[in-house]
Amino acid sequence: MTELVGLIVAKYNFWLYIILMMIGLYAMIAKNNLMKKLVGMNIFQTAIILFYVSIGYKHGATLPIIQGDHGGHGTHGAVIHAAEYINPLPHVLMLTAIVVSVATFGVAMALCVRVYRRYQTLEEDELRIRLSEK
Amino acid sequence: MLWPIDLIVLTFVIFCAVAAITVKDLLGTAILFSAYSFLMCLLWAVMGAVDVAFTEASVGAGVSTVFLVAAVFRTSRRTKD
Repeated sequence: MTELVGLIVAKYNFWLYIILMMIGLYAMIAKNNLMKKLVGMNIFQTAIILFYVSIGYKHGATLPIIQGDHGGHGTHGAVIHAAEYINPLPHVLMLTAIVVSVATFGVAMALCVRVYRRYQTLEEDELRIRLSEK
Repeated sequence: MLWPIDLIVLTFVIFCAVAAITVKDLLGTAILFSAYSFLMCLLWAVMGAVDVAFTEASVGAGVSTVFLVAAVFRTSRRTKD
């Protein structure tokens, strides 16, 4: 039992990311307003990005920026040890994901504005009623 | 990563996420979502992902909030849930 509690406490950030992800999923499924659904989608996306960035973290490592001499000229260049730096690969991948998420958000907002102009509502149940009237 | 800072900021992030989807005013949702994005940017700066942090600060907390506020002003502000 104590080992289980120790495991949960040691990996607390992963549990909190899962909670965040489930908040986003709940908002996408259960909320009635289209904008709330979009905010839920963005929360879900940022939770996944957070998970990926936290994978690249190392204890006692520094930022992925080369310190001191760049080692380009001659033999006196500093030797680069990859183990001393935080892994930048997840960062680069998630940078793309952030840009994609804001593009998705913008297109979805434009669609929301069009839906509102046509049906004068953004609530999902009212939209269903208006659609079934036609 | 200093774990007290990480834990405190994560708690605030979850609080902001819950508040953003429960508040009944869509402008309030926009502002709480902006706060959420900024806290997320802080979390990434703590984790050492500085490039992701400043992209999130400009794109997440800036552009997304502008989109949301502009869309709220073109549609209705009130919501039922």
